[in-house]
Amino acid sequence: MKVSYFPGCTLKNKAKDLDAYAYRSAEALGITLEEIENWQCCGGVFTTANNEVATKLSSVRALKEANDKAQPLVTVCSACHNVIKQTNHAMQNDKAFADKVNRYMAADGGYAGEAEVYHYLEMLRDLVGFETVKKKVVNSLKGKKIAAYYGCLLLRPNSVMRMDDPENPSIMEDFIRALGADAVIYARRNECCGGYISVESPDAAKKNSNAIIENAKAAGAQMIITACPLCKYNLVKSGADIPVVYFTELLAEALGVKEDTNGK
Amino acid sequence: MQRVGVFVCWCGSNIAGTVDVQAVSEALKNEPGVVFSTNYQYMCSQAGQDMIKNAVKEHRLTGIVVCSCSPRMHEATFRKTAAAAGINPYMVEIANIREQCSWVHKDMLTGTEKAIILGKAAVAKVNLNTPLIPGESPVTKRALVIGGGIAGIQTALDIADAGFPVDIVEKQPTIGGKMAQLDKTFPTLDCAACILTPKMVDVAQNENIRIFSYSEVTEVKGFVGNFDVTIKKKARFVNEDICTGCGACVEKCPMKKVPNEFNLGMDNRHAIYIPFAQAVPKVATIDPNACNMLKNGKCGLCARVCAAGAIDYKQKDQFIEEKYGAIVVATGFNPISMEKFDEYAYSQSKDVITSLEFERLTNAAGPSAGKLIRPSDGKHPHTIVFVQCVGSRCESCAEKGKEYCSKICCMYTAKHAMLTRDKYPDTEVYVFYIDVRTPGKNFDEFYRRAVEEYGVKYVKGMVGKIVPEGDKLKVQASDLIANRQLHIDADLVVLAAAIEPDKSARPLATMLTASMDTNDFFTEAHPKLRPVESPTAGVFLSGACQGPKDIPETVSQAGAAAAKVIGLLAKDKLMGNPCVAQSDELMCNGCSTCANVCPYGAISYEDKEFRMPDRTTKIRRVAAVNPAVCQGCGACTVACPSGAMDLKGFANSQIMAEVDAICK
Repeated sequence: MKVSYFPGCTLKNKAKDLDAYAYRSAEALGITLEEIENWQCCGGVFTTANNEVATKLSSVRALKEANDKAQPLVTVCSACHNVIKQTNHAMQNDKAFADKVNRYMAADGGYAGEAEVYHYLEMLRDLVGFETVKKKVVNSLKGKKIAAYYGCLLLRPNSVMRMDDPENPSIMEDFIRALGADAVIYARRNECCGGYISVESPDAAKKNSNAIIENAKAAGAQMIITACPLCKYNLVKSGADIPVVYFTELLAEALGVKEDTNGK
Repeated sequence: MQRVGVFVCWCGSNIAGTVDVQAVSEALKNEPGVVFSTNYQYMCSQAGQDMIKNAVKEHRLTGIVVCSCSPRMHEATFRKTAAAAGINPYMVEIANIREQCSWVHKDMLTGTEKAIILGKAAVAKVNLNTPLIPGESPVTKRALVIGGGIAGIQTALDIADAGFPVDIVEKQPTIGGKMAQLDKTFPTLDCAACILTPKMVDVAQNENIRIFSYSEVTEVKGFVGNFDVTIKKKARFVNEDICTGCGACVEKCPMKKVPNEFNLGMDNRHAIYIPFAQAVPKVATIDPNACNMLKNGKCGLCARVCAAGAIDYKQKDQFIEEKYGAIVVATGFNPISMEKFDEYAYSQSKDVITSLEFERLTNAAGPSAGKLIRPSDGKHPHTIVFVQCVGSRCESCAEKGKEYCSKICCMYTAKHAMLTRDKYPDTEVYVFYIDVRTPGKNFDEFYRRAVEEYGVKYVKGMVGKIVPEGDKLKVQASDLIANRQLHIDADLVVLAAAIEPDKSARPLATMLTASMDTNDFFTEAHPKLRPVESPTAGVFLSGACQGPKDIPETVSQAGAAAAKVIGLLAKDKLMGNPCVAQSDELMCNGCSTCANVCPYGAISYEDKEFRMPDRTTKIRRVAAVNPAVCQGCGACTVACPSGAMDLKGFANSQIMAEVDAICK
């Protein structure tokens, strides 16, 4: 199966791991990620100013390209996913916005939010199936106690994201269990890491991130996984004394494709 | 040809303000059949009705058209007037020139023109009306109450007191419902058991009342006065008639680790159990999912110790068929699941509990014998946080909560907070609220006492997150009045979960063809004027199945529902609605289309002999309508492909005449 893939800027710089492991794991699961041609930054943040169009255009171009190829659009970075999914939702439901965007883009045939957007985790759950993932695991992570860290962007706003219950999610825990490890449930798994406040007042971000790590550790976690480069940055920066890794790294390890074998 | 009288009502200025009533009565004078036409300020008044009666006599009227308000308002009034004047009540037609005309138009010219057209249509119809005589049906003088909580108990007692037999169907092994689980009741703080259990005993001893406990209604057929109901008595594997409730079986049962639903799973019961000491009927029940004997035939201890010999492992579900004249729905409520509200960490910590669990924790007969302790470690909690509106008034999160106010939470939370401070003065108690809603007799005084005399700390704002850390619950909340964030280390958190109708309500409503709102609360026939009746004749509503209610309100409504039932059962016969379907057998080809669309099951088929034109006889299958069951909805008349079905009072010819009059 082939899907369109939107990696995002961070995955080409700071988070190259997240990207590479995503590619290799998908291949191992029989899915080819076809990178959107000439993709641009998603905008970074979905602005709620409803007259703001320019920062959302790149998302629409990616969505339209995937739709033209009749492929679902898959994202990995939580932030990109949030922006693209919200933009798509606005294209479906906000007629004035969609109209404006289509005028800007002068896109052939226009675009009205037809593409399906999947986060990589949703792709695993809904397109591949965690049962299949389980069967493809070669290095079981049995005995490892792993805490899923969702952050804010992956699940909210729920009325648009529709990934999981924002207060009691299970998709990442199910993912961890599929790889054979034990999922650690802790209260702060969907709390904010501090986000961009780490630029303005690093101490505030540190306080939030520390609380998350301490909470996960108290619940018995030996490792934290995340889908978000900014979350990872804040958790690591705050001095985490347990590993904080991308979920795709864990997946690649379990599937036995962590080591680079074919140059990608 | 009819002799029609037209009576145009002004309804004060309601109609006359936008419709030239004089012009309407003048215009209708010239319609076919009309021999008299007039207008008057209030046609429904005594003087107006007398005007109609006199005109009937003076002009020998055979049909009446009243141009006034909606027929829902005064059709019955004018039918009575007609009957009093000696003509068939179904010779009256109402042209609605108020709700559908004067109220929706602003312009006198348009309003008048439309009123004339509506009047012409009514005249055209009444010309084709024929006198109709309603049929009569007998009334079975027995009532069914579905649900044995305080609502069902009160309704049953009141009906029984009036001398009519009543059956209560309760799905649990005992009656008592939610009230039996409560500790004290607001605003007087009397103990729930002390005021409820005597009533339960009254029910058991009342010779007019039968209790079908551990039973469910599985089928309802028939109509007002004549319901045929099937009740499934689930096998409890104990012979109710000989069990003495001594409890010897419970003591001996080796399966001791079954979560006790009466204590909301906070302790365990045996596989054979009596829910609580004052259960009615006080009879043991075997849980087939937990009993070793029923699961694999190994055990049988209870049968051995039962002196009465009441244990019967071979007992089967029993189906009982009974006739009833009236049905009262009293299916009650449940707190919603806290699964989707994990920001409060309900699934993560045993010390986050719901208010109903708090009731059990403080109840002397509860799992901790009334001692307020933390479920996790049995320690005394020093800081308690109550969170109100968990899932109530939840507009933005309607998919996990409820948009409505659950109504009872403000008062029971004030009660919990007050009782805690009274019994354990060393405890710090916070209550987080959106609004405190305490209207009701002595209710606001009660809440103020909690604040002013007992020092409960009420904070306007909601809790955003609860994190279990060590043996504390880190509560993060906002104080909207002080405009600051609060961080409280709590020992116990109590969630006032929204309440919702019992899950059995929806399938029951389907069986009863009773309507419900989007939240699955039963709809009343009129929200103000008929609050205890369902729009389905013969079905009445009692308690929280109709909307969130506290105990005083539930008991009032239960009594009101009983009064309505008594009024119905006191009648020997019910007048039916003569506007029912009838089939023209000569045109009917027996295709079954009408029977398939009939929501009431009123149509059956019979083989009938017909004389054919060539003098032979032929047996043909034709539709027959049971007029007592037919509700006159007209679905069959629309569905019938050969035009054989017609509705009396609303015949195809009459409807077409109206359309013609409008389009002319």
